[in-house]
Amino acid sequence: MSSKPGSADLSVSAGEPRAGGLKPLFAALFAGAKGPLIGLILLCLVLSVSTDTFLTVRNILNVLDQITVLGIMAIGMTLVILIGGIDLSVGSILALGAMVLGYVVNPDYLGLPIPAGIAAALLVGGLCGLVSGLLVTVAKLPPFIATLAMMSVARGLANIITDGSQIVGFPDWFTNLSIVRHFGFISVTVGVMIVLGVIFAIFLNYRATGRNLYAIGGSPEVARLSGIPVNRLTNWVYAVCGVLAALAGVVLAARLDSVQPSSGFGYELDTIAAVVIGGASLSGGVGSIGGTAIGVLIIGVLRNGLNLLGVSPFIQQIVIGVVIALAVAADTWRRRAK
Amino acid sequence: MSMTTLPQEGSHQGLSVRGLCKSFGPIQVLTEASFDVRPGEVVALLGENGAGKSTVSNIIAGSLHADRGAITWQGKPYSPASPAQAIDAGIGMIHQELKLLPDLSVAENVFVGRMLTRGGAIDRARMNERASAQLRRLGLNVSPDTKVGDLRVAAQQQVEIAKALTLDAKLLIFDEPTAALGGDETALLFEQIRKLKAEGMGFIYISHRLEEIVQIADRIVVMRDGRVVARHEQGDIPVRTVVEQMVGRSVDRMFPTLDEPRPEVLLEVENLSSPARTFNDVSFSVRAGEILGIAGLIGAGRTELVRAIAGADPISSGKVTVAGKPVHLDGPAAAIKAGVVLVPEDRKGQGVVLDQTIGENLALGNFDHVAPGGWVFPKAVQKFAETGIRKLGVKGQPNQAVRKLSGGNQQKVVIAKWIARPPKIFILDEPTRGIDVGARAAIYDVIADLARSGMAVVVVSSDLEEVLGLSHRVMVLSRGRQRGILPRAEANNVAVMELATS
Repeated sequence: MSSKPGSADLSVSAGEPRAGGLKPLFAALFAGAKGPLIGLILLCLVLSVSTDTFLTVRNILNVLDQITVLGIMAIGMTLVILIGGIDLSVGSILALGAMVLGYVVNPDYLGLPIPAGIAAALLVGGLCGLVSGLLVTVAKLPPFIATLAMMSVARGLANIITDGSQIVGFPDWFTNLSIVRHFGFISVTVGVMIVLGVIFAIFLNYRATGRNLYAIGGSPEVARLSGIPVNRLTNWVYAVCGVLAALAGVVLAARLDSVQPSSGFGYELDTIAAVVIGGASLSGGVGSIGGTAIGVLIIGVLRNGLNLLGVSPFIQQIVIGVVIALAVAADTWRRRAK
Repeated sequence: MSMTTLPQEGSHQGLSVRGLCKSFGPIQVLTEASFDVRPGEVVALLGENGAGKSTVSNIIAGSLHADRGAITWQGKPYSPASPAQAIDAGIGMIHQELKLLPDLSVAENVFVGRMLTRGGAIDRARMNERASAQLRRLGLNVSPDTKVGDLRVAAQQQVEIAKALTLDAKLLIFDEPTAALGGDETALLFEQIRKLKAEGMGFIYISHRLEEIVQIADRIVVMRDGRVVARHEQGDIPVRTVVEQMVGRSVDRMFPTLDEPRPEVLLEVENLSSPARTFNDVSFSVRAGEILGIAGLIGAGRTELVRAIAGADPISSGKVTVAGKPVHLDGPAAAIKAGVVLVPEDRKGQGVVLDQTIGENLALGNFDHVAPGGWVFPKAVQKFAETGIRKLGVKGQPNQAVRKLSGGNQQKVVIAKWIARPPKIFILDEPTRGIDVGARAAIYDVIADLARSGMAVVVVSSDLEEVLGLSHRVMVLSRGRQRGILPRAEANNVAVMELATS
C-alpha cells in the first residue's frame, strides 16, 4: 500500500508490530468449533466402547449417507446465519424441489430427462430463496417472518403440483447415485456434499465476498458504509440457501426412490440446530463450514449411536434437545470466561 | 496544583466523602478519594475515562460498595447497600443513558416501581397530578399522559429529574447530562439546576464538556487514575489548567499547527439538498490540504450532510464533484470509489465491527487492495493491518478484537482503514466523541497529517473549541441551511454561535 504513488505517509508514531504467525488452516476452518469438535470425539469414543457395531467401516459409511440431506442444507443455512439471518423455509423448499423433480421427470407427468428435472428443482429452490431475500432486503421484513412466510408458501406449492400425492419411481441410475459406493466407499451424493462443503469453506475463508459475509453479520451498517453491497449479498445468500435446500430434496428423492410433498417437515430446525451446535452465533458474524460439519456429524452420530443402542426415537428427541442446549451454553460460558 | 484543605466532615448538612478506596480484583480504581458537596452547590467532577468519576459516583448512589473510607450525609454516616437505600436517603443519580421505559407514560415513568394506588388499583389521577406538579417546577410543559418515547431526549431527561424530585432527592448526581443535548436544551437544563440549587439541592456534575463547567460549577474536583488530584474552590478555572490536571502533564499543543492548503479544489458541493430537507441547498468547496470544519447545533443537519456526501444517505438534488469529476452518489461504494471516505459519528455502531479483529476491520472495504483477484490470504491481511497499525500508532495487534481497544484506538482503526486507498476526501464526523482528552491530541495530529498529505478534510464536531482549533475554515449550519463560512482568523466562539443560532 505504501508503495502506491501519492499514498499518504502518516508516520504519526511508530508502534512496534510483532510478527503474528499465519493462522493455521485448521484453526481457520473450525473457527469457534473447538468445543463441539471435542464433544464429537468424546461421543465417538463412548459409542466405540459401548457398542461393537459403531466403529465399523460399514456403519461409518452409513452415517455419512444418513447426514447427506442435512449436511447439504446446513451449508446454506451456515451462510444465512453468518449474515445474521435465519431461514425457516428450507424444509419446505426441499419438498418443493423434490416435487418439481418428480413432476418434470416422471413419465406420468412431463417425462423429461433427469438433468432437466434437477435443473428445474434447483431453479425453483433458488427463486424461493431469492424471494425470501427480497422480502428481507426490499420489504424490510425480519428474516424470521420472511422465511416463515416462504415456509408456508413453498409447502403449499409442493402440495399443489400433484394435489398432495407422492410420485414414485426413478430410473435406477438415479437412485444408484445415493446407493452405489464408488472406490469402495463413497456414493455420488456423499461426494457432492463433501465437494460443496470444501468449496464453501474455501469461499468463506479465502474469498473477499466470503469475508464480507462475516462483516455483514458483525454489523450490517459498518459493512454498508465500507462499500459492501449488503442487500445484494443478502439476496444472493438466501438464493444459494434455497438452491442447496432444493438439492437436498433431489438427494432425498434418490435415496427414497420417490418424492412426496410432506417430506422435509421440521428439517429447518434440525438444520439450524446443526449450524448452532457447530459454533455459529444466531446474532451473526460467527460460524464456519468446519463447525457446521461437526454439528451435522454430532447430530448424525448421535442418532446412529442411539439407534445402535436401541434407544427409542422419543428419547432420542430429548437427547438431541439437551445436546443443543449444552453446546450453546458451553459456548456462551466460554465466551464469558474470555 | 490546587488542593484546598477539606472542612471537618459532618460540619455541614451536605455530603462528605473521605478516603474512599475501591478495587476490582487486582486493579485499584479508586484511591483515597475525598471531597465535599454542600447543600445548594454544584460540584463538577472532572477526569478522563477511567479516572474514577463513575466509580465514586456509583458508590455514592449505592450501586457499588467502597472497600475502605467513609461518607457522611446530612451529618450522619452513610453507606447505602443499594440504589434504593441511596434514594431513600435523598441521593439520586441520573445516568448518561437514561433509564426510562419508552412505552410508558411520563407519569408512569416518574412513579415506576412505586405506582400510587387506591384500593389496589392504580391511581392515575393522583399520579398525573403529582407528576405534573414536578414537571411544572422544571418548566416542562408536557402532558403526564404522553408516552416517554415520543419526547425529545432533553424532555426525557427532565422526566428523569422530575422522578428524582418526587423522591425528595437532596443531592443529584448527573453523569454527562448534556452529551445528547443541543445548545438551547443545555441552557434550559442549567436554568433548572440553578433553580433547584436555590432550593438547597446539591449536585455532583460529571461532564467532558469543559467549557460548560465554567457556567454551572461552584467548585471543581479533578480526578486522575483513581485519585483526587485537585480541588478548586471556584468554578471559573481556565480550561487549560483543568485539562493539564486531568492528563497529568502540560498540554502545550492541543491542536497541531496547520500548513497552508494547496490551490487546487478537491471537493466541490453545489446546492445539495436531502429528501427530508434535513439540509437544504448547501454549497461549499474544500481545497487539497485544507481542513473544513462544520459547526452547528444538534439537529442542524451536519451529520446528514456529510453522510450524503459519503453516499450513505440519498440526496434529492445537487451535485458533488471530486477532483473535477462529478460523483454519482448512489451508495457508499460509489463514493469510496470516487475517493470519498467517512469516519462516521457512531464509532461502535457504524465505524468498527466490534467482535472482529483489528486486521479484519482494516481489511473490510479494502479487499480490492488486499485481495488480488478476490483471494484473501491471511498473510496479506496481516501485513496490511501491520502497516495501518504502524502508520496511525494504534496500540494493538492485528489479531486483537477491536472491542478490547480504547475509544481513541478504535477511532484510529476506523481512520487507518481508509488511508491505504488513499482517499481524496476524508470526512470525519465527531472524531473525538467519547475519547479521553489526552488521546484526542493524537487524533488531531492524525487529522492534520491527512491534510498535510494532500487530502481535502472535512471535520464535523459539536465541540466548538475543536472545530475552531482544527480548521482552516469553519462552515456553520443552522436548521439545514448554510449560514456562512468563516476563515480561521474570523472564526471564534461568538461568531460561530451567532450563525449557528440564526
